[in-house]
Amino acid sequence: MTLHPFAMEFLQVGLVVGLAPGFAGWIKVLKCRLQGRAAPGIIQPYRDIRRLFSKDVVLAENASWIFRFTPYLVFGVTVMIGGIIPLISVELPLASTADVIALVMLFGIIRFFTALAGMDIGTAFGGMGSSREMTISSLAEPAMLMAVFAVSLASNSTSLTQMVSVMTQTDFSIRPSLAFALAAFILIALAETGRIPVDNPATHLELTMIHEAMLLEYSGRHLALIEWAGMMKLVLFFGLGIAAFCPWGISPSGDPGRLALAFVLLAAKLLLGGAIMVLIETCLAKMRIFRLPDYLGSAFLLATLGMIAFFILE
Amino acid sequence: MIILSLLGISILVALILAFVGDWKYAPEVNISGSLLTFAVSLVLAFQVYGEGGSVAGSTYFFVDYLNISLVVLTTLVSTTTAIFSRRYMRLEREHGRVGHWRMRFYHAMFQLFIFAMLIALLTNNFGVLWISMELATLATVLLVSLYRTPNSIEAAWKYFILCGVGIAQALFGTVLLYFAAERVLGAGGDALLWTNLSRVSAQLDPTVLRLAFVFLMVGYGTKAGLVPLHNWLPDAHSEGPTPISAVLSGLLLNIALYALIRCKALVDGSLGPGFAGNIMMGFGLISLLTAAFSMLRQKDIKRLFAYSSIEHMGIATFAFGLGGPLATFGGVLHMLVHSLAKSATFFSVGHAAQMHGTQEMAKIRGLIKGNPAVGWGLFLGVMALAGMPPFGIFTSEFLILTATMKEAPWLAPPLLLGLTVAFAALFFKVQPMVAGGKAPGQQALTAANIPVFLHLALVLAPGVYLPVFLADWFHLAVEILR
Amino acid sequence: MAHPLAAQLNSLLAALILLSAFALLTQRKKMAIVHTFAWQGLFLAISTAVIGFASGEHHLYISSLLTLAMKVILLPYILYSLIIKLKIHREIDAVVNIPSTMLIGLVLVVFSYHLTAPIRELSSLMTRSTLAVALATVMLGMLMMVTRRHAVTQILGFLEMENGLFFAATSATYGMPMVVELGVALDLLIAAFIFGIFFFHINTNFDSLDVDQMAKLREMD
Repeated sequence: MTLHPFAMEFLQVGLVVGLAPGFAGWIKVLKCRLQGRAAPGIIQPYRDIRRLFSKDVVLAENASWIFRFTPYLVFGVTVMIGGIIPLISVELPLASTADVIALVMLFGIIRFFTALAGMDIGTAFGGMGSSREMTISSLAEPAMLMAVFAVSLASNSTSLTQMVSVMTQTDFSIRPSLAFALAAFILIALAETGRIPVDNPATHLELTMIHEAMLLEYSGRHLALIEWAGMMKLVLFFGLGIAAFCPWGISPSGDPGRLALAFVLLAAKLLLGGAIMVLIETCLAKMRIFRLPDYLGSAFLLATLGMIAFFILE
Repeated sequence: MIILSLLGISILVALILAFVGDWKYAPEVNISGSLLTFAVSLVLAFQVYGEGGSVAGSTYFFVDYLNISLVVLTTLVSTTTAIFSRRYMRLEREHGRVGHWRMRFYHAMFQLFIFAMLIALLTNNFGVLWISMELATLATVLLVSLYRTPNSIEAAWKYFILCGVGIAQALFGTVLLYFAAERVLGAGGDALLWTNLSRVSAQLDPTVLRLAFVFLMVGYGTKAGLVPLHNWLPDAHSEGPTPISAVLSGLLLNIALYALIRCKALVDGSLGPGFAGNIMMGFGLISLLTAAFSMLRQKDIKRLFAYSSIEHMGIATFAFGLGGPLATFGGVLHMLVHSLAKSATFFSVGHAAQMHGTQEMAKIRGLIKGNPAVGWGLFLGVMALAGMPPFGIFTSEFLILTATMKEAPWLAPPLLLGLTVAFAALFFKVQPMVAGGKAPGQQALTAANIPVFLHLALVLAPGVYLPVFLADWFHLAVEILR
Repeated sequence: MAHPLAAQLNSLLAALILLSAFALLTQRKKMAIVHTFAWQGLFLAISTAVIGFASGEHHLYISSLLTLAMKVILLPYILYSLIIKLKIHREIDAVVNIPSTMLIGLVLVVFSYHLTAPIRELSSLMTRSTLAVALATVMLGMLMMVTRRHAVTQILGFLEMENGLFFAATSATYGMPMVVELGVALDLLIAAFIFGIFFFHINTNFDSLDVDQMAKLREMD
């Protein structure tokens, strides 16, 4: 009995929505353990979201419709992206709606509206957060595109499902272009998801915030939705990296056995990836903002080198 | 066998001088070592004249008409420079500009430099040619900064870096040459031997050789001082002790040009004479014109003559680029007589600078009145360099000009322009120095006169009468480059 | 050659050499630059050994050992001790505009790829595609020498050029004849001693190793 593609789609989206807070919790627990602190428990993010949903929304007087609309948009688009990236199977009906370029654009929509919402109320911190976020994205997005181009060269297509199929079916070989692209992708993922060394997600000092500063004014269910979307974005970036660089295990069909195997492998990869990210976060310190162009320039350089290496060496 | 003994002598003397370089008779050891190498090279020359070219040392070394003339020239100039250096360095030692360790270093490196140049001339292997050129540069880098003044250190640093970068390009060119050669001759050391390569030059792949020649041109051209890669030359040749300036200007530039014309001979076999020749003509002409105009603006006497070296190397490169028997003959003759004239001039310049304690031309006056040998030596040397008849340089320049009129008449005006401007610059700068009253503060000294006048006599000889056997010799040398 | 894994490994090492060339362009700390240079030498030595294994040219093993001894151990050690003695290990280089330097570097890589295209057509060796990386390393070494203001880093750019040339020799022709390789290594060693002495002279005379101070001699005085 194979699952219908739509069923797989719902399954995947449900997994992403349901387990993203758990993943965020796992990251938090690892980080605390590594830093020698007592951890709050893996299901703490669930408790936080439930708490936030039960609270009132406090809106500023001059908040426009953008401010009220953004959380729903952000959450919705993130859920949609969750349906596009192949995490456990390649047979996703929604996957053909967007290739990697459109995917990058979707992430861009999220960022665009968040930045607008940050500036909406007119506070200084919101504006500062928005401008910083936009600076980072203007440097990171070209690098991100280059990195995915480097991967798409190998499989001759920019569709993620196509990339996954090609990668899983060809024999293992050391490809320098992919190695470079992977390095670039890791650098960019750290920037896009707002982790150390680019941005400290746990900071409470407004002047050091980049992403958090845009969300300072949100409360109640709005904040719950945005936080949840942020956790999902982390999972999805990991999923994107896994699909592009390490897709072995993703089921090519709807067979439940293979799906279960794919899920187990995905969980293992996420846990491992999370651990590596925590290690990076603990070992590095947050960079000063004026160093960011150098950092993202290096990412761009690595991605372009990956593309060039493809032509030169392969 | 003789070749190996020639090389053995100079390295042995270098080792000896490393230990006894500051001894009272060290300069005499230096002179006798160089004289011995000169004698052996003459024996080798007679052997070549009698039997034609030969190969020695399991095909690693070889002599033919072209490089034996340069070998004889190198050993001769090294002997006369050693004679000059005896008086010159003694004065420097007395003035305290050079200490005990530096004298040892100087003498040892002098011989090592000659050794490296001899290897470069006598080797059959293009790779070893590269290695010995780099060795020659390295031997002289620290000699340029011997006086440890800020300017000399800067000059030596520029020399090291720019020549190093340049010669790295030449190594890449050699790698490409080996790549092309390997496809025809098979892998292994034999593929880089000149004797093998000249036989099969028509079979070497043209595209690869084209690329290889560009890199080799840039590389060895830097060492020969061709514009625009010449920035190190005026500084390096003017900051070191004068004997070093003399050998650098007189000998090392020749070796670089020699390497270049060997490469050109190979490339011509494969690509036909147009490609390499045009590149060399272009570089040569630009060097001539740039150097000639730069000479008008110099204030330091050694820099003036360094630019003159660039100019003459440009003329020689142009001649070899033009090709054909007349121009090549002129080029070979030019290399030889320019060496002799330039080193003679540097000898006089060195003593003139010592007499006045400065290298600025504005402060040097009345040389003929103060020390007639030095003054006349300088004046006659400059006449020779400027191309006045009856000196040999006039002969070679005339030959080159004639060939240009025949083959490429539209290039004759720039050539003439460069020659004229250089002539004017030299005269304009040197005339106030030799004529007129003595400068205040001029010190007397006993100059080393023999080297200067010996060289000048040798330069005069081809202009007046070229012995038949020498003419034949040059013809045979030219044949090698066809 | 029936060694696809060796060819892939060689490509990977070539990519790493290129990466280290870019890393050398953008590092700020002196010690980090010396370490990166040592890594590049290590990749070069391993690559030479791999090529030697795959092609059956056993003299490449000797070359690999020579590279290891000189470029991974001896030269970095000399530089390391020079840096300590000159007391400059805490100095930070003011690098000229990292993003534009990297862009120029990328252009140079593409240019060298274009330049070595005819050789790639002709060659039948398994390493023919890495010649572009070798020439790129040479050019990046030159770029490093041009964009740096400190004598030590300029010399490191020069040594990087030598690395690139050695890699070019192994890529194009499975290594130069042994006598040439030994001669080049000897020249490099002598050059190392000379520039070591040089650093002390410059330091004593100018009280710093900033190359901009040595710009007094000019073309037209």
